[in-house]
Amino acid sequence: MDTKPVTFKRPSLEQSAGFDRSVIDYIQNAAAHGLYEIRGMGAKRKLPHFDDLVFLAGSLSRYPLEGYREKCVTKTILGTRFAKKPLELDIPITIAGMSFGALSANVKESLGRAATAMGTTTTTGDGGMTPEERNSSKTLVYQCLPSRYGFNPDDVRRADAIEVVIGQGAKPGGGGMLLGQKVNPRVAKMRTLPQGVDQRSACRHPDWTGPDDLAIKIQELRELTDWEKPIYVKVGATRTFNDVKLAVHAGADVVVVDGMQGGTAATQTCYIEHIGIPTLAAVRQAVDALEDLNMKGQVQLIVSGGIRSGADVAKALAMGADAVAIGQGVLYALGCNSETYIQNGEHMSAIEGYDALGTAPGFCHHCHTGKCPVGVTTQDTVLEQRLQPDVGARRLKNYLKTLNMELTTIARACGKQNVHHLEREDLVALTLEAAAMARIPLAGTNWVPGVNGF
Amino acid sequence: MERLSFDLASSSLSDMNRFLHTELSADDTRHVTVLNPDGAHNIAVGLNQPVTVDVQGHAGYYAGGMNKHARVVIHGSAGTGVAENMMSGTVHVKGFASNGAGATAHGGLLVIDGDAGLRCGISLKGGDIVVGGSVGSFSGFMAQAGRMVICGNAGDALGDSLYEAVIYLRGEAKSLGADAQFEDMTDADYSALAELLSKAGLDHDPKSFKRIASARSLYHWNADANQEY
Repeated sequence: MDTKPVTFKRPSLEQSAGFDRSVIDYIQNAAAHGLYEIRGMGAKRKLPHFDDLVFLAGSLSRYPLEGYREKCVTKTILGTRFAKKPLELDIPITIAGMSFGALSANVKESLGRAATAMGTTTTTGDGGMTPEERNSSKTLVYQCLPSRYGFNPDDVRRADAIEVVIGQGAKPGGGGMLLGQKVNPRVAKMRTLPQGVDQRSACRHPDWTGPDDLAIKIQELRELTDWEKPIYVKVGATRTFNDVKLAVHAGADVVVVDGMQGGTAATQTCYIEHIGIPTLAAVRQAVDALEDLNMKGQVQLIVSGGIRSGADVAKALAMGADAVAIGQGVLYALGCNSETYIQNGEHMSAIEGYDALGTAPGFCHHCHTGKCPVGVTTQDTVLEQRLQPDVGARRLKNYLKTLNMELTTIARACGKQNVHHLEREDLVALTLEAAAMARIPLAGTNWVPGVNGF
Repeated sequence: MERLSFDLASSSLSDMNRFLHTELSADDTRHVTVLNPDGAHNIAVGLNQPVTVDVQGHAGYYAGGMNKHARVVIHGSAGTGVAENMMSGTVHVKGFASNGAGATAHGGLLVIDGDAGLRCGISLKGGDIVVGGSVGSFSGFMAQAGRMVICGNAGDALGDSLYEAVIYLRGEAKSLGADAQFEDMTDADYSALAELLSKAGLDHDPKSFKRIASARSLYHWNADANQEY
């Protein structure tokens, strides 16, 4: 009698859902190195997002505006609560804070030039203000971060607004990180660090703890700038309803809420994928907090974290945001994850660079290595030349222009003469999750899960 | 020398700060007296001229914050974050200082005659701090550059995650933080310390101090793993 177990062909190649090849690879990497994975960009997992909402445009019950001929205002004013000099932007789309160190000086210049051309703001990052970005940006937001690298009163005075960063969507509760490969002499000097150290930033501010202290810290920044400049408070999306209320209590002019799809130049994957809530859920909580405090319109809300298209911008605005901030989308516009980089007008292949990192265009998240094959997230003297400010500025301007055109196209279709008139009533949800998180009815129904007791 | 006086019991802090920011010339060396500070926050923040400001009483948070060039003397105690992010000049606290004194200071000299609270000199970036008394726990946390002189004792975790800043301690530390270590004093240390003590008006013997600096074992992430992040 045959005593061997009977083998079946199908199960012998059946992949486990819980322990798929990616999970096995993760476990075996952990076993080999005793160290967690660090990478760049934001959450890669599929999340409820703006894709799960659609607009109800004009028809018989509402009428649309003529797409090209009728006016649709995009002007956006930020910082009306206390600042003597609020910011007046031409479009509600801003450039998110990204550091010199994470990005090259050429990139910072590109961002400034494109933002200036489009009448919007760009933002410094964890590493201080570079002359490249100050000189190229008409309106520059200066971040005050826990590390205070390169932070100084002259730059506070040179800034047009100040953003106190409490957290970031990619890593709420965590500080910044810049691995040694990117800490070149200039970065090291700006951050007062030894060259080549694996730099870890603090996760809490050095001189205040909690919302009551923050109120005094904000007052210090106001006193220092004679109450002229708008003060933003940026939070990574977690307990967003409470955090936004506390930021308002602390005296913010503008609250920036960054959802978990928000990117980073380097952090532990466990942060990126497992900490924070999706942007869609965060926007709703943030708007609820402002409405609860009767502060809608007095304190402006900027939403970031995975904003890619004009449709995303329109949905964020309809949900109640005053503006959005974009980080990763901006990098992709510059050529991040592209097969080529542009040198003297010619496309050059970057494939070898991706190969060396063990990745390929469309998958790369190796910002943390400083070996960006297209010269975006690098401090390498050779690689950084792959992104020239002229090319970067033009591409980014085109991207922002496209987003703005899409935004106004949608707004006109909904019959709005001003993009800020988009409202929740213009939206319906395609999935139960999105309907519940955004508290927007499921398409074709008037059902909002969790509302009115069912 | 012309004297200017602001009485915070009858005039607003913002008016005073604005005056100090906008009405002084770049080489103004006048004396400014602040009366009745009564613990007000943000006194004389963001100064940018070589004036002398005498605060006649206790100051709240961030007194002399982000100072450049000026000399600020607090004839009383100071709240959290005194002289935070100072760039140059001097801030002298005649009494005690609360938490985060001299946090992230890039330059200048902070002198505290009494004790300082938690996290004194946190993330110091090149400034000098002399504390006549003792400091609380986590002082010198992540200090990157500059010097801290502690004439009394220190709480727990002194110099945790230090970068290149150096701490001179006369008394005892309850414990040293991660990566901080005692090191031998060199002649350069003795002369630097003597100069700092003299600037602070203290006459302790430099020989009675110990040097604490970074063992630099946290500079690179798990070097054993060949940087295979």
